Amino acid sequence: MRTLTGTGTLVRLILRRDRIRIPLWLIGLAFFALSSASGVQGLYRSRAELAAAARIVEDNPAFIAMNGPAQALDTFGGRAAWEIGAFGLATVALMSMFLMGRQTRAEEESGRMELVRAAVVGRHAPVTAALTVVAGVNLLLGALVSAGFIALDFPTRGAFVMGGAFAAVGLVFAALTAVTAQITEHTRGVYGITGALIGLAYVLRAAGDIGNGSLSWMSPIGWAQAARPFAGERLWPLGLALVFSALLTYIAFALGSRRDVGAGLIAPHPGPPVASNWLARPLGLALRLQRGALIGWTTALFLSGLAYGSVGQDVEELIGDSPEMADMLAQAGGNIVDSFFATTILMLALLGSGFSIQAALRLRSEESSGRAEALLVTGISRARWALAHLTVAIVGAAIVVGAGGLGTGISYGLSVGDLGQIPRLLGASLVHLPAVWVLTGLAMALFGLSTRAAMIAWAALGASVVIGFFAQLFGFPDWVRDLSPFTHTPQVPAADPTAGPLVILFALAVGLVALGLWAFRRRDVTTP
Amino acid sequence: MTSSIEVGKLVKTFGPTRALDGLDLSVATGEVHGFLGPNGSGKSTTIRVLLGLLRADSGITTLLGGDPWRDAVTLHRRLAYVPGDVNLWPNLTGGEIIDLLGRLRGSLNKKRRADLLERFDLDPTKKGRTYSKGNRQKVALVAALASDVELLILDEPTSGLDPLMEAVFQDCIREVKAEGRTVLLSSHILAEVEALCDKVSIIRLGKTVQSGTLTQLRHLTRTTIVAETAEPATDLAELQGVHNLLSDNGRVHFDVDTAHLDEAMRHLTSFGIQSLTSHPPTLEELFLRHYGDAVTEDAESQRPDGASASNKSAS
Repeated sequence: MRTLTGTGTLVRLILRRDRIRIPLWLIGLAFFALSSASGVQGLYRSRAELAAAARIVEDNPAFIAMNGPAQALDTFGGRAAWEIGAFGLATVALMSMFLMGRQTRAEEESGRMELVRAAVVGRHAPVTAALTVVAGVNLLLGALVSAGFIALDFPTRGAFVMGGAFAAVGLVFAALTAVTAQITEHTRGVYGITGALIGLAYVLRAAGDIGNGSLSWMSPIGWAQAARPFAGERLWPLGLALVFSALLTYIAFALGSRRDVGAGLIAPHPGPPVASNWLARPLGLALRLQRGALIGWTTALFLSGLAYGSVGQDVEELIGDSPEMADMLAQAGGNIVDSFFATTILMLALLGSGFSIQAALRLRSEESSGRAEALLVTGISRARWALAHLTVAIVGAAIVVGAGGLGTGISYGLSVGDLGQIPRLLGASLVHLPAVWVLTGLAMALFGLSTRAAMIAWAALGASVVIGFFAQLFGFPDWVRDLSPFTHTPQVPAADPTAGPLVILFALAVGLVALGLWAFRRRDVTTP
Repeated sequence: MTSSIEVGKLVKTFGPTRALDGLDLSVATGEVHGFLGPNGSGKSTTIRVLLGLLRADSGITTLLGGDPWRDAVTLHRRLAYVPGDVNLWPNLTGGEIIDLLGRLRGSLNKKRRADLLERFDLDPTKKGRTYSKGNRQKVALVAALASDVELLILDEPTSGLDPLMEAVFQDCIREVKAEGRTVLLSSHILAEVEALCDKVSIIRLGKTVQSGTLTQLRHLTRTTIVAETAEPATDLAELQGVHNLLSDNGRVHFDVDTAHLDEAMRHLTSFGIQSLTSHPPTLEELFLRHYGDAVTEDAESQRPDGASASNKSAS
């Protein structure tokens, strides 16, 4: 066990470094789960109301694709578990990914791991320490969720399985991140690969839940939902998650024994000895640095769009069977397929905002690494340097979001034999761009004020997601809903596009970018 | 002679920390100016103010006749900078980074680039992440030296280079100087500063404590004398300007202020000098005098650390 020497000390180091971050994740996720649960208790007064609402869900594949299979939706527990759903579980997976990646590959990439490993520390101690902490965080999160559900008077057995589902998903993705951290040399790569696998797990269970269910068994998120909290609980799918986590941990250890500190499993190749003309200008460089992310996000959104588009026809076929749905539609005054696509396209636009914020915040990492300094002393202005990365963020957002709309249009258009759907759904996705750009502009404005403040842009995206999908459940007042730029975007294709709000959002985005540039030119460049 | 850098009473604070506290620095055009100071004394902060990356709180800063904050972009075309801690883009090759920085600056001498790659023995096809610290510094050095700029600002540029490459670096700086270009060289490698610099400024706690040519600086300080006399030398301690006196069986070891050297030597001759060694203060001694916390404004201090410093330099 000499390869584990020093694990205890490293565990304490991690707890010290993340003493703010870990409680924030725990409080955030537990608050999300428990406020969803108490939201259900507040929104529905009786089992009969729950049953009526359940029929709407059962008949609507969009809801099932988004949240999970309809299990005991006529009970408060079942409804709460469903509302938290796949989205909540995927967020737990993201927490595990970020906490693990930060303590493993990010430490190696920065060179700090070398310092640690040169001390009396075994080869596997760093990854073991990180896994120990993240596993502990997930167990604690599970315990908080269970305790909260019990305190809210939900059935005890279901409350424990609910907490167990959270912990199980977290454990699987912590172990998975331990594996991906061995493969690539870059933290960005770790997050890219793991994030894509979380997305895949989410989409596989969506496809499985709409279809015959077999695909859901390919997904750890599917296993957690197969434990059926509050809906005839069973524990063995959680056991499956534990076994899989152990297997992944074993793989991570085996890979870790085979590689050098700081290296990945893929050896670096030599490249060109001179720069192309295109590279040697700020925009060319920004594009080169962000090329991988742009291609990755575009592909991911296009594929998600294809997946959503392909179920559009099922949505249509279901209308006839559902009088409740027909009623609801009559009230909403729309077409069910269009309102389905309005929801999925909003989701794609929010994902695209993730790319755009990430691309804009590249400014921050370039600055804090000292690489910006090298460029800013060559005679390009701060504004020109910032605008190069912003161009990638702004134009890239159009490409990424457009790819989502295009994918939706292509698969839906082909399935119903109407190619006119392609421009229609592509257009519907592009309508969200001014709102996306407001978030991009916010990232720039915050970055201009200070590098530390820049990360608040992610919180703004998180708030927009919560407002976009949970405003009704949480009973947010209008002024809270109005805080999200997406609230003001017409929900095309369900609603008609109107230019007014789009022009205002666009002007706001431009104003935020200008504010960011103005502030950035007035502050000190951060010393690495 | 015109000046390339003129800094007066420069103040820069970071929150409660006063990083620069009335710093003065003057670098004439065409000279190689050594910029010395202990870690954290404000060298890099001064350089970042000169580069327009940090905004000064007060004081005068003139760089190549312009204001480094207001005229940053135009001034940057006329200078090149090598940081002490070079961070490269992990997925670009060394060659790409050299070209990128050169073209953004607007001047890259292709012939000199090839020549420098050869002399520094640098492989331009490797990716940024695979270079060692020394090789990362070479990338930044080649990018800076291959440009046709008037002013080079180098912040500990050789801390990761091996002795062979250090020699190549010194040759390059001599060539730069021969072309009439100006260099501000912050360094901890004293042999390098002694070999290259016309003038030196020593700073401490954000203030300039000494500035001048090496000869001037030496003149301001003390000469170390070790002598053996026929009769034991007495009364040396009573002489003005004698410090750190150690005597042992007719052998004396002391430092004397350059202004009182003549007096001390006359006194010593009266005891019959049998052997005598004297050496001017090395840069290291200058350094230690100005760096050490024990050294105060009071130059009359009789603490033995001056003696230990000269022992070290003699070895």
